Amino acid sequence: MKTQLYNTHVELDAKMVDFAGWQMPLHYGSQIEEHHSVRQASGMFDVSHMLPVDFKGGDSKRLLQLLFAGDVAKLNQDGRAMYTVMLNESGGIIDDLIVYRLANESYRVIFNAGTAQSDLDWVVSKTCSNLSVDISPRHDLNILAIQGPEALSKSSKILGAATLDNLKPFRCIESNGLFIGRTGYTGEDGIEVLCKSEVVEPLWREMRDMGVRPCGLGARDTLRLEAGLNLNGQDMCPDISPLESALGWVVDWDPEERQFIGRQALTQERTTGFNRRLTGIVLNGGIMRAGQEVLTDAGSGVITSGSYSPTLGYSIALARVPTAATGACKVIIRSREKEGRLVRPPFVRKGVKVHK
Amino acid sequence: MSDTPSDLRYTKTHEWARLDDNIVVVGISDYAQDALGDVVFVELPVVGDDVREGEEVAVVESVKAASDIYAPVSGSITQVNELLDEQPELLNSDPYGEGWIFTMSANDPEDCNELLDSNCYEEFCSSEENEH
Repeated sequence: MKTQLYNTHVELDAKMVDFAGWQMPLHYGSQIEEHHSVRQASGMFDVSHMLPVDFKGGDSKRLLQLLFAGDVAKLNQDGRAMYTVMLNESGGIIDDLIVYRLANESYRVIFNAGTAQSDLDWVVSKTCSNLSVDISPRHDLNILAIQGPEALSKSSKILGAATLDNLKPFRCIESNGLFIGRTGYTGEDGIEVLCKSEVVEPLWREMRDMGVRPCGLGARDTLRLEAGLNLNGQDMCPDISPLESALGWVVDWDPEERQFIGRQALTQERTTGFNRRLTGIVLNGGIMRAGQEVLTDAGSGVITSGSYSPTLGYSIALARVPTAATGACKVIIRSREKEGRLVRPPFVRKGVKVHK
Repeated sequence: MSDTPSDLRYTKTHEWARLDDNIVVVGISDYAQDALGDVVFVELPVVGDDVREGEEVAVVESVKAASDIYAPVSGSITQVNELLDEQPELLNSDPYGEGWIFTMSANDPEDCNELLDSNCYEEFCSSEENEH
């Protein structure tokens, strides 16, 4: 599949790769330079492979309260958004997502590309026929993520200062046919803009003219990893709960009577305690990769995402390790043990190194 | 189109080799560095190691993935480019110059003649490209 901007990427000489069946730009020359642009100035990503799904009708809230571990009742005003996860009955993560409240009983959810169809099938299978809710996948919408310390000031010049000035983090607004959320996946300030196909190319061009650098999925991955943000399918999967994925904070336990899917299994796990947790590792003298074994003072674990951190100049990773593990660890890279250290993510916050 | 100097020899695993007297200088081709993307770490061979043709002797890590570097001929490692410890990006910016990886003394310098010349290597690369 191709996004509306496919030809634009090819004209910019992007290295195109397959991602969940989509032809997407990996980088436009240098992944590292694109990464730095987002940390220091601004960059934009075509993430139109992700799928927005709208929920409208009198039982929308009720349905989403059942489907998500986070309680959408907390979105007590139009234009509020939150990050949460969708679980299966055994408490494993089906997908992570952002849900926006558009209006009373009207929500927009953005699903990951790789799981979009199975998410949708799951949602439909859990929707009782007596519920009054209309579920619409919005294949017609494109998504641009504009991120970095200069993202808002540059976007303001195109989208209008009046539109963005009052848009707080994790809020959204609809303006001139655009849907704008102050959200992202890079650890920087920024916005995500959803728009119709005829608008996306001109918007991309205007942003580029304003100096916003096109960035590929490669930079998106190192940016999110530095920010300690999980990637579904890598750091999260249907066999593992949010408690073992450093996502206990996205679960709303109150009110107790809200029976979201997976609650029973999670409650059980919370009572008996869990054996593994997701944390960070820093390492010099090699590059950590997903799948490598980690040896800790409390037993062995595994790297779930590993790469090079362009901001820090060494390797960083997320790893699932025994709950009690702390301090020094060893990572097995090509049969050799390399000295690393367990640290609490994020690794970089607003462009600045977090750990000494 | 990537750069393929005609005075060098190449392998199907994308190393280049240049024979200077009896010393073989080894690096990765421009085609290879472009395919790898930004190089961020190089694990250099050990000086003095005896290696056989086709043996893994070094590893180049890009942001994306790790790639093995193979000895183009049999012999022993005589020198490694320690500059790459601090500046692995030289493999991207100057693959045939400052981005050389190691040198070796070949057991039989004639072995270099068995490697691909620039025309054959270019043909090999374009056939590989078509497969993808």
